[in-house]
Amino acid sequence: MTEVIKVANLQQGYGKRIILNDINLDINTGDILGLIGPSGAGKTTLVSTIMGMLKPKQGTVTVLGTPMPNRKLLGRIGYMAQTDALYSVLTARENLKFFGEMQGMSKAELQKQIPYATGIVNLNDDLDQYVKDYSGGMKRRLSLAIALLADPELLILDEPTVGIDPELRQQIWKELHRLADEGKTILLTTHVMEDAEQSSYLMMIRGGRAIAQGTPDDLISQYHVNSVEEVFLQAGRDQDAHTSND
Amino acid sequence: MRTLAMIRRVFREMLRDKRTLALMFIAPLFILSLVYFLFQGNTTTTASLATRNVDSSMVTAIKNKHITIHDVSSDKSANTIIREHDYAGMLSQDGDKLTLTLANTDQSKSAVIKQSLQAAQAKLKGQAAATTIKTQAQALQKMQAALGAATHTPVNATANAGNLKAKLGSTSYTTKTHYLYGSKDSTFFNTLLPIMMGFVVFFFVFLISGIALLRERTTGTLYRLLATPVKRGEIISGYLCGYGAFAFIQTLLIVLFTMYVFKIQILGSIWLVLLINVLLAMVALTLGLLISTFASSEFQMIQFIPIVAIPQIFFAGIIPISSLPGWLQPVSYIMPLYYGASSMSAVVQKGVGFMDVLPNLSILLLFAAVFLVLNLLTMRKYRQV
Repeated sequence: MTEVIKVANLQQGYGKRIILNDINLDINTGDILGLIGPSGAGKTTLVSTIMGMLKPKQGTVTVLGTPMPNRKLLGRIGYMAQTDALYSVLTARENLKFFGEMQGMSKAELQKQIPYATGIVNLNDDLDQYVKDYSGGMKRRLSLAIALLADPELLILDEPTVGIDPELRQQIWKELHRLADEGKTILLTTHVMEDAEQSSYLMMIRGGRAIAQGTPDDLISQYHVNSVEEVFLQAGRDQDAHTSND
Repeated sequence: MRTLAMIRRVFREMLRDKRTLALMFIAPLFILSLVYFLFQGNTTTTASLATRNVDSSMVTAIKNKHITIHDVSSDKSANTIIREHDYAGMLSQDGDKLTLTLANTDQSKSAVIKQSLQAAQAKLKGQAAATTIKTQAQALQKMQAALGAATHTPVNATANAGNLKAKLGSTSYTTKTHYLYGSKDSTFFNTLLPIMMGFVVFFFVFLISGIALLRERTTGTLYRLLATPVKRGEIISGYLCGYGAFAFIQTLLIVLFTMYVFKIQILGSIWLVLLINVLLAMVALTLGLLISTFASSEFQMIQFIPIVAIPQIFFAGIIPISSLPGWLQPVSYIMPLYYGASSMSAVVQKGVGFMDVLPNLSILLLFAAVFLVLNLLTMRKYRQV
């Protein structure tokens, strides 16, 4: 087990505004890290920092043994953005090809990987349709396929299950677990508790701080509750009590 | 490799967007045609002038093909007469005094009337002077004859009289005009065309490239793109080459159109015209990309047109820079279109060569380079490496 993501004493923000404070994180190969928290908590900012889109204000971020930010390392990360960043006048196949080429894939690799990636998200039959004719869920799936395309060592998925039906969600999770077993590392953000329960490691962010982190089982026993959801609620109450004491 | 993929994508997007294609290729031709017909007239302004109690000699002197004279006898005020008949002006005489009232709704008509009146006055004065000189000359000759008989030195005096006669002959000069550039058929359109050519290329490339990058920003694809190992320079150069190719085709179309449809003679090299336009397009492209950084929607991008694009045309030479107020003249030096349009005018109308426009071209290149660097810097906002 090697360390894939290491975040130490991270403080992050824009200008004078501080978004994240005191974040520490260690993720090893094969881990599925679920980042949960209410919207505006700083999940996307943390994801951006881990990817190296933002320089840490304080602290360090190391991904796959490389201090971030590092442009070349992005070739080893598969990323799915929160909003569907797709070219609507291109077909799904053209989108896949384009992002694949940007990722640095060769023609032969693309030939091989496109059917695989689109198979996982059930888009094989609609590959030559224009993205503008896609439904919201299809776009989400195409975004995921783009992230999976290059068979990356690290997958970073920002809210991957929004707008995806339960059946497909299960199928995607099956695939994510398979990838994790293969030794790939996955980081995903969510506010759906079902996703959180599937993760092997959880980090709960609220108000820019990590209020709880650990494996789901550890957290449940640590907080003496019955579900991940209750952990999250309890941790939130603890945080409020703590800040009101200050 | 990545740049190539970028170019391919730009091409695909453009070719599938028929309306944008039409905007880029047909709209400039439409605008130029419109300008062509608007400025076709070779000073065909004719002004109608009402006259009252004006000496017939004066009226004949005023008459020319740009003035229609209407003799009026009504004793209403000049203002009323002008208003009733929609005349451009009215001239009335009271003894030695001429009073000119101008409607002045069309300054070019006012100018025609004022010029004609001045010319007429000069003509009448000339005629009067000629008559005076003639009588004086006759008197002089008589005196000389008388003197000559008395002093036996008539030679010089007759010579003087001869000179005077020569001067009298001078009233019937004929003028023949030679044109250094263009011909007597040159209209304002000939002056306007190179400037307009530069402007339409600048305007449409600015708009289309700016909005294209803006769309990438607002849909999040730019951010997604930067989440791959692509270099910022590769994105910009993809844009530059992709849209640059369309700008080149647009320029080619415009140049061919003006040559074969308007039959405008391009005195200089066509390649130079294309080169200037392509450079201008590069500046527009980089500026459009840069400006799109400061806009958060297509609507805001449009709002930059009156600030960034429109003022350019005022400083591009439609109004001669030397006739601008002194403090305003330096402003033209920060307008890329000024350099582009003045080079275009020089090449199209005067047929100057590459070396003559080289300084202007270098400045255009400098503009593009500066905007390019600024683009690379602003893209740091999205990815800090």
